[in-house]
Amino acid sequence: MSETKAVGDWPRPVSPPIVSPESKPFWEACKTGKLLYKHCGACGEPHYYPRTHCPFCYAAETEWREASGRGVIYAFTVVRRAPTGPYAIAYVELEEGPRMVTNIVRCDFDALRIGQAVRLVFQPCAGDTDAVAPMFEPA
Amino acid sequence: MSLKGKAYIVGAYEHPTRNAPDKSVPQLHAESARGALADAGLSFADVDGYFCAGDAPGFGGLSMAEYFGIRPKHIDSTETGGSAPLVHVSHAAQAIAAGKCRVALVTLAGRPRQPPLSRVAVSMESPDFQFEGPYALGGQPNQYALAASRHMYEFGTTSEQMAWIKVAASHHAQWNEHAYLRDVVTVEEVLASPMVADPLRRMDCCVVTDGGGAVVVAHPDVARSLKRPKVKIIGAAEAVKTVDAGKIDLTYSGAAWSGPRAFAEAGVTQADIKYVSIYDSFTITVLMTLEDLGFCAKGEGGRFVMDGNLISGVGRLPFNTDGGGLCNNHPSNRGGITKIIEAVRQLRGEAHPKVQVANCDIALAHGTGGSLGARMGSATLILERE
Repeated sequence: MSETKAVGDWPRPVSPPIVSPESKPFWEACKTGKLLYKHCGACGEPHYYPRTHCPFCYAAETEWREASGRGVIYAFTVVRRAPTGPYAIAYVELEEGPRMVTNIVRCDFDALRIGQAVRLVFQPCAGDTDAVAPMFEPA
Repeated sequence: MSLKGKAYIVGAYEHPTRNAPDKSVPQLHAESARGALADAGLSFADVDGYFCAGDAPGFGGLSMAEYFGIRPKHIDSTETGGSAPLVHVSHAAQAIAAGKCRVALVTLAGRPRQPPLSRVAVSMESPDFQFEGPYALGGQPNQYALAASRHMYEFGTTSEQMAWIKVAASHHAQWNEHAYLRDVVTVEEVLASPMVADPLRRMDCCVVTDGGGAVVVAHPDVARSLKRPKVKIIGAAEAVKTVDAGKIDLTYSGAAWSGPRAFAEAGVTQADIKYVSIYDSFTITVLMTLEDLGFCAKGEGGRFVMDGNLISGVGRLPFNTDGGGLCNNHPSNRGGITKIIEAVRQLRGEAHPKVQVANCDIALAHGTGGSLGARMGSATLILERE
């Protein structure tokens, strides 16, 4: 087991991301406080998770865009039986459109609701890494 | 090309074990295969097509073919999670129709109750995993809970309504001597069980069991030569639904696509179906699938399943009369094979007398793999007694 960092009021150690050459710009941007998604210059559609080609019009190339960090909860669950204590998993709908899997942190789990406004925060990952993961807290 | 009438399910067998510390996974596959072949009146020597998914250890179907000692002319290891055996039956019928094989064996087995001999990690290369790993999506309850939360939000579905699905399964399981859970439960008991991942409680979740099952799909000439009641495949369809690059809609499943295709091929409607095997990894899986297959309108699933409507002899649409994954068996964390097996029992008139549906001539079996409404494989089979 790798050593885990204490992360504020968020007891679950966050697994560091697996980074591929394709996803590296995303995770590097996270370290600078930016959440990126992909935008297709051909059809104008945003998408997430980011990939090189456009999954909607099949254009070969897409471009990175920075998200505002504002969003609303589309769906969520509170995992009650985790060994490190409860935590919330959600799909957050970004202001720009795409819905992304994430965690909701620094919140009253019993007060979460679908449609609730949330804002971007970054949580350090566990172990010997400087990686951070984009998550959300109540706005 | 329509598959209607091109192949028959001639053998079906559910392994009786629910806890197998003294058996290996290949052994469970082989015992399941042996049972299904014996049920058909066939042997391993007759098998010329073999189908398995990721629960089969080793190198696709190669390792299992070697273990069995068979030399198949046709092989398929399509992996769509819990729905895979239903996909395999469809693919077997296609292969038989195309003349590629005549006796196709489909097996599923595993022992999730035991400590694993080895653990194979999720592929680091999986594109979704790179963006989901940090969030501890964890076990399937969490992902199905996300779909349930949205269904409740959009349609007013309640925990009490979902509980009725478990209640119905428990009413059936009481008659199944092999069922992992045989006690009849009430809505109140389901609602009093501990919350696992909001809004899913423990009794909204299927059992975790060791075991397995197998079915044999054969050419019509082979089916006619055997002494068992004939179960004809009249409709088969599959679908892949994804998170759709950020446009995910958790309120429906791939059954909304596989269902209409299967009904169209079979040339029957929902009103013709006497019995349904509906994949029941969780109560919400059943509720949403029934809507998507058209047994009720979208959003009406909660009202449809209430008041025992799924209980054989009580309600309008008897489902999972073996007790389903919720009470009977969910071998290798995959319920697909047992869905086919109970449908075959019903069509042959071999279900337990307490749950046997009268004049059961047409049945539907549906499989769900992956995460409900998200990254998932759906498969629908429509079967007819001949």
